[in-house]
This record gives sequence, structure tokens and C-alpha cells, in this order.
Amino acid sequence: MTEISVRIDQKIYPATGKAGEQFVIRNLEFSLTCGEFCCLVGPSGCGKTTLLHILAGLDNNYDGQITPTRQDSTEPSIGYVFQEPRLLPWRTVRENIEIALRPDQSTDYIDELLDAMNLTKAEHVYPERLSLGMSRRAALARAFAIQPDLLLMDEPFVSLDAPTARRVRELLVDIWHQQQPTVLFVTHDLREAIELADRLLFLSAAPSSLVTSITVDIPRDKRSDDNAIELFRQHLLSQFSEVKGLL
Amino acid sequence: MSHILFPMTENTASSSLVAVASLITLLLVWQLSALAFSSPLLPAPLIVMKVLVEQLQSGALLSNLGITLARLTVSFFLAMILGTTIGILLGRNKQLDSFFDSWLIIFLNIPALVTIILCYVWFGLDEFAAILAVVINKLPNVVVTLREGTRAIDKTLLEMAQIYRFGRIRTLSHVIWPQLYPFLIAAARTGLALIWKIVLVVELLGRSDGMGYQLHVFFQLFDVASILAYTIAFIAVIQVIEWGILKPLDRHAQRWRR
Repeated sequence: MTEISVRIDQKIYPATGKAGEQFVIRNLEFSLTCGEFCCLVGPSGCGKTTLLHILAGLDNNYDGQITPTRQDSTEPSIGYVFQEPRLLPWRTVRENIEIALRPDQSTDYIDELLDAMNLTKAEHVYPERLSLGMSRRAALARAFAIQPDLLLMDEPFVSLDAPTARRVRELLVDIWHQQQPTVLFVTHDLREAIELADRLLFLSAAPSSLVTSITVDIPRDKRSDDNAIELFRQHLLSQFSEVKGLL
Repeated sequence: MSHILFPMTENTASSSLVAVASLITLLLVWQLSALAFSSPLLPAPLIVMKVLVEQLQSGALLSNLGITLARLTVSFFLAMILGTTIGILLGRNKQLDSFFDSWLIIFLNIPALVTIILCYVWFGLDEFAAILAVVINKLPNVVVTLREGTRAIDKTLLEMAQIYRFGRIRTLSHVIWPQLYPFLIAAARTGLALIWKIVLVVELLGRSDGMGYQLHVFFQLFDVASILAYTIAFIAVIQVIEWGILKPLDRHAQRWRR
């Protein structure tokens, strides 16, 4: 179980070529409680991916402090679904997932995940022979397979067709229920965010900071009801005028 | 470089047929020219074959071939190991690279003959100088190829490996090595083609055994049939290495490609 508090005073990309310094994030502060599912919504280019990189420890060049703490105070394990699949091209789908497992983890779960992702037939195929949608599902399976404490997802369902996206969303929610990871999920799609999240975090355009945080109070068993989602969305847009400009 | 890294799928029946036909044509042209000139300076293919068999039976060819191959192997591996290490270092370290870049350009442009002569002059006419001369000739090519390979390593995959806690050994063997491997094979293949030509010159100039030395003797005797016989034997061995070892390794490296 992992709790995260985030405080980024500023994140700047240094000037390169003709482009000057870029302020990406300024005074961004929020926290995620243990096992919380948060969706990050904000205009394109506002630094959402940068934020995930910082949380994942890939980018340490910022002012501020991130404290991911597990209850047993060991380093939390992280599953990261990047915008691109990032599979090793010289390993098959199954090998790509197995390689990410910790030594003590069993491979049995992989079969279940491959089946759920509709990838069983492709398990011994090299990524170059997969469609983008299949590669994305393989990358999702890899992130789920390690049963992470913290799951970072960067628009993971883009380029999946609607029925597949729906199935994978349901799978994600199931896995989240079972394993209780803390999830930070980046999306442009407000309906998707409402369907999945406990809480929505709205970021402003760059340099981004937190505009507002909205708790989604639709009960979990009503989340598959499109009307309930739409109603919430309408309500949200009318209630919080500042959110409208971010979408 | 690209044709070495990404060879076209070949070996269809028709292409091997074309290869055979082209070789037969070459032999035919050779035979006809030999007939037309009818001089010992251009012996016919059959005469060369006869000499080849004689040389093989006497053991002289095999012993010289063995000596040359030994020199080739030692210098090849030395150049590969050193070149790979330096190439990776330069590929990873920008400052080191910008400092040594001009050295590389100079070494790439020194004529092979100059290196050989200087090695013999400075270190004496011995085995060490001979091997060193070959290594120095080959080294810059390996360094440049592996430097490019190191620069081309996909950083997004390294990030993935970091997130999923691959650790050093798994990152090296599953993420970095597969990306460097095609460059290594490319360096090995171009290197072999370069080295076996240089080894002969090294032997000709400063050794008293090996293929190069023997060819020099034949040259002084104007024994063209023996020169051609030795050439054929040498080409055959190099092709066996290329097709028997390097090509399969290359294909193995590319197996996951579409």
C-alpha cells in the first residue's frame, strides 16, 4: 500500500536551440492516499507526462519533493504504462512480460493476463509483428503482471478500439480492486476519467499547477451506466467553469 | 553500413542459381583468356587447380595458411575487444568523444602501409610489431561502428528497464546487448574483410612465413600458378568464416525483425 505526496515548486526544461527555457510545472501540490485511483486531466502539453516521469524517478531534475511511502517503508514497486508500448523488440510478448517480473513472482498470472488481454495467440510473437493496439495491450499486461504498489498510466487506452478499451478498463478496475495499487491515470477523456477515478485532478496549461480536485461520488456499481457518467460530466462542467477551459 | 545491418532476405533458389552461373562465366572467361594468351603468366584454371592440390599435399600451403590464420585470429580479436571498449566509452561520454574524435579521423586516414612500416621500424621485425600493425589498422573502424551503436541505444527502453527494476545484469543482457549486437557483427564482418588483406602485406614486408611471405617468394619466381592457387585457398577459407560463422550470427541477431 503506497501513499504519495507530491510537491513540485518548479520544473524547467533548459533552453535548447532557439527555444528558450520552458516552465513546465510551477507550485503543483497534491497527494494520493493508499489505494486511491486518481485521474489526471489537463490540456495537452501541460506537463502530465513530465509529472509521471518525476513520480517514477526517471527525472530528478526539479525543485520540490516527492515522497512515496509504503507502509512497510520499502521502496514501492512501480508499473508504468508509457504513451508508447516500449516493448523489447527482440523478445516475444510473453518474454517481455516475464522479464519485468521480480524473481519471487510466479509466471502463472501471466497466462491469466494474456487471456484477459486477448493476447494468448500472440504470446510467442515478436512486437514488430503486432498491431499498435496489441502492443499496447502487451504493455498493459506487463504493468499489471508485476502487481505494482503504484500504477502510473499515460493515456494507456488511446488507439484501442472502443470494445477493447471498455474490456481493458473493466480489467483495470478489477485488478485495482484485487491488488489495491495506488493509481495515477492520465487521460484527455473526461468520461473515461469519471468512469474510473475516485478523484479527478485538473491541471492548468503550462506551467501547470492544480486547478481543482473533484471527488467522483458515483458508486462503483453504477460506473458502467453511461447516463450516470454523462450526468456527472454535465454537472461538473456547469459547476466548475474553470474546468471547461482545460478540455 | 545499412546493407550490412539489414541484409535483404536472400537465398531464394533463383538467386543461388544466378550466383552459380556467374561463377561458371568467370571460370570460362579465365579459361578463354588463358587459351588466347597461352603464357605461363596466365595459367588456365585446371593448371592452378593442379598446383593447389600439389601444394595441399606437400603441406606447405596448409602450414602457411595456418600461420596466417593464427595472426588473423589474434589481431582480429584484439582489435574487436579494444575497439568495442573504446567505442562504447566514446559513445557514452561526449567530452571524451569530442577530444578523441580528431585522433580517430587521423587514424582512419593513415594508409595501412605507413602503419606497418612504422611498426616494424619502431618495434623491430617481430611478431609483436606484425600483430600491432594489423590491430592499429582495424581499430578505428571498430571504434567508429561501436560508437554509433552506443549512441543509437534507445533511451526509452532504458527508462522502461529502470522502472521495472531490471538491474544491471538484466539491463545489459536484455536491453543493451541486443542493440549493440548488430553493430558488433557489422564491425566484425567489415573488419574481417579489411584484416585479411592487411595481414598479407604485413607478412610480405616483415615476416619469413605465412601466406604473404610465400606470395612474395612466388612473385620473385614469377610463379603465377602458385600465386593463384594460394589466393583461391585463402578466399575459400575467408568465405567459410563469413558464411559459416558471421552470416548465421547476423541472421540470429535479426531474427525478430519483420
